Amino acid sequence: MTDTMKSGGLGRRQFLKNSGVAALGLGVTGFPSVLRAQAAPVKIGLVHPVSGFIAFSGSQCREGALMAIADINAAGGIKSLGGAQVEAVLADSQGKPEIGASEVGKMAEEGVAGIVAGYSSAISLATSQEAAKTNTPHVVDVGVSDSIMSRGLENTFRFGPGYGNIANFAVDNLNAINQASSSPAKTAMIIHEESVFGTGTANLLSERLPSIGIDVVDVIKHANPTRDFTNIVLQLKSKQPDLIIPANYYNEYVLLARTMRQQRIEAKGIYSVLGGAASNYKFVNEFPEAADLIMDCNHWFNPKSEVAMQRKTAAEAKGLIYTYEVFLAYNAVLGLVDAIERAGTTDKAAVNEALAGSNLDMSYMPYAATKMENGQNMGAAPVNTQVQNGDIEVIFPSEFASAETVFPMNG
Amino acid sequence: MPDLAIVLPSVLNGLTTGALYALVALGLTLIYGVLHIINFAHGALLMLALYGVYFLNTVLGVDPYVALFIVPPVMFAIGYTLQRLVITKASHGRDENILLVTLGLAIIIENLALMGFRSDTRIIDTPYSFEVFEILGTFIPQPKVYAFIGAVVTAGLFWLVINKTDLGRAIRALAKEPKGARLVGINTNHVFAMSFGLGVACLGVAACLLLPTYYVSPHVGQGFVLVAFTIVVLGGMGSFVGALLGGLIIGVVEALGGLFLGESLGQIGIFVIFIVVLIFRPTGLLGHKV
Repeated sequence: MTDTMKSGGLGRRQFLKNSGVAALGLGVTGFPSVLRAQAAPVKIGLVHPVSGFIAFSGSQCREGALMAIADINAAGGIKSLGGAQVEAVLADSQGKPEIGASEVGKMAEEGVAGIVAGYSSAISLATSQEAAKTNTPHVVDVGVSDSIMSRGLENTFRFGPGYGNIANFAVDNLNAINQASSSPAKTAMIIHEESVFGTGTANLLSERLPSIGIDVVDVIKHANPTRDFTNIVLQLKSKQPDLIIPANYYNEYVLLARTMRQQRIEAKGIYSVLGGAASNYKFVNEFPEAADLIMDCNHWFNPKSEVAMQRKTAAEAKGLIYTYEVFLAYNAVLGLVDAIERAGTTDKAAVNEALAGSNLDMSYMPYAATKMENGQNMGAAPVNTQVQNGDIEVIFPSEFASAETVFPMNG
Repeated sequence: MPDLAIVLPSVLNGLTTGALYALVALGLTLIYGVLHIINFAHGALLMLALYGVYFLNTVLGVDPYVALFIVPPVMFAIGYTLQRLVITKASHGRDENILLVTLGLAIIIENLALMGFRSDTRIIDTPYSFEVFEILGTFIPQPKVYAFIGAVVTAGLFWLVINKTDLGRAIRALAKEPKGARLVGINTNHVFAMSFGLGVACLGVAACLLLPTYYVSPHVGQGFVLVAFTIVVLGGMGSFVGALLGGLIIGVVEALGGLFLGESLGQIGIFVIFIVVLIFRPTGLLGHKV
């Protein structure tokens, strides 16, 4: 079932001040509000898992996307379409790819101008495939699987990084951290969730870690949801790896971290790759001791960007926890609307072409200039974060770093 | 091949986890096992109880174990009211209607929770959340040991209620011969509601003992429902000791299955045991004692 929602949010001046939206091509053009009201709204489909086992992350995505729509509308809507307001068409994939695909089918029939979906890789694979049948522009917000972008779908785009990029970045930086340490890690265990994201990440890491002198002593896959992590932690305890590498969703990450603490696990470091909780203020605030000094390689904003910090403040003022789902979904909507703006039409082929030529200024992210290749933004990159003194600090790359790395964590 | 030194800790962990499963299943064995009400709302009601414990702790500072004196009675009242005012009236005594009504209740409760509490995962922090007992060289989290004790005590109390009280006799009479029970003057609507209330109250106990080591979110109950139904049938329909035993077996099999087959295949063991038991003992492990 889909719902439609027209969002209103920040005042126009406030938004312009906050986001520098003129740089996005969405700035003031001086249309009187009366004319803006006459333009037909442009519908954008938002498909996220707002119920089911990844509902927290899905809801965060939806909130981020709605924030972007509210900001765009407050800034005058889509100028090239006479100030058309953006209208969200909402759908719940329930965490199931087939339901996500079915919702996309309905949205395409309803005539949405584009779709932003679907949080998880498995859902994004299904939603983009379905959208491709009608050539509906589809922007993946979070899903990191490389296979989403490698199928040659002309309607599918991603502004964030894929996990091939992330895994390579994670391994290179881990190598740098290890080289700089007086007590480098030599062994690692990977704990990952069973879907496309966790399994793909684990496979890439298993291949690359030996090349930097880290022996992967075991790889443990777990189900979603997993009710108890004691068994896994007992295996960790038995094999005593120097590094523990979790790649899983929020709930499982928290249970794993708590169980590791209960079982008095002592490793040189916990180095997550796309860890569901390691770069999450909620986890850090609720369990500062369990979270302390955990490192993560993940999506993050540029902490030195005023725009990024203002968006964070605005999200928190709405009662949101500013997780990566929020700002990645926000960016995905901005990217799609920017393409419609430049295309000056909602014609699907024209919007896809505009997306393929996107040069959106994303300096509020730790990215290089936006450059699309086969739908993937080649400028996108993750960062390394570390929880230090109850806050999440960026430790790599140095141009975005807000703190020095602490490794090994047990001194 | 896992290190054999962790087999014993894994078994101990399986026993404590199984006790938690048994707690969830004990209420179901009364509702489903004795009264044959297929209660699809069991998981949603567990979620409701977990939120109760969560808010008592975070808003009023009530310890989850002190909440044992508050949440189960409230859950009993909710269960009694649901059975008396919703399930009985909407189902008109037909089993297939009951199934649909409880399924509808589950959807309504979960979506109301999603609307009211959002999809955030919530966890409480207690002074003993990370405390452990060292048993045979193994760290067992204190809350899990308390849950184990709680499961044994609750199973014992249920057994006493069913076997040694007038209410228990009335419940058993109603389960065996509903028409006969009516003929001898048993108020069947009241007894059904009492049974449902007791089953739901048991979820209140489970929630108080579960939350110190687990989390709550609107869909948290779904992860326990299938396991609970399995335990009820495995232990023997309506047998409280069977439910406890079934829970412990499931916990240990899951732990060892995870260890030897891998975590994501660990649950296969549960259903292999389940099928084997049903082939050789179709009434479940202690089913004949009903």
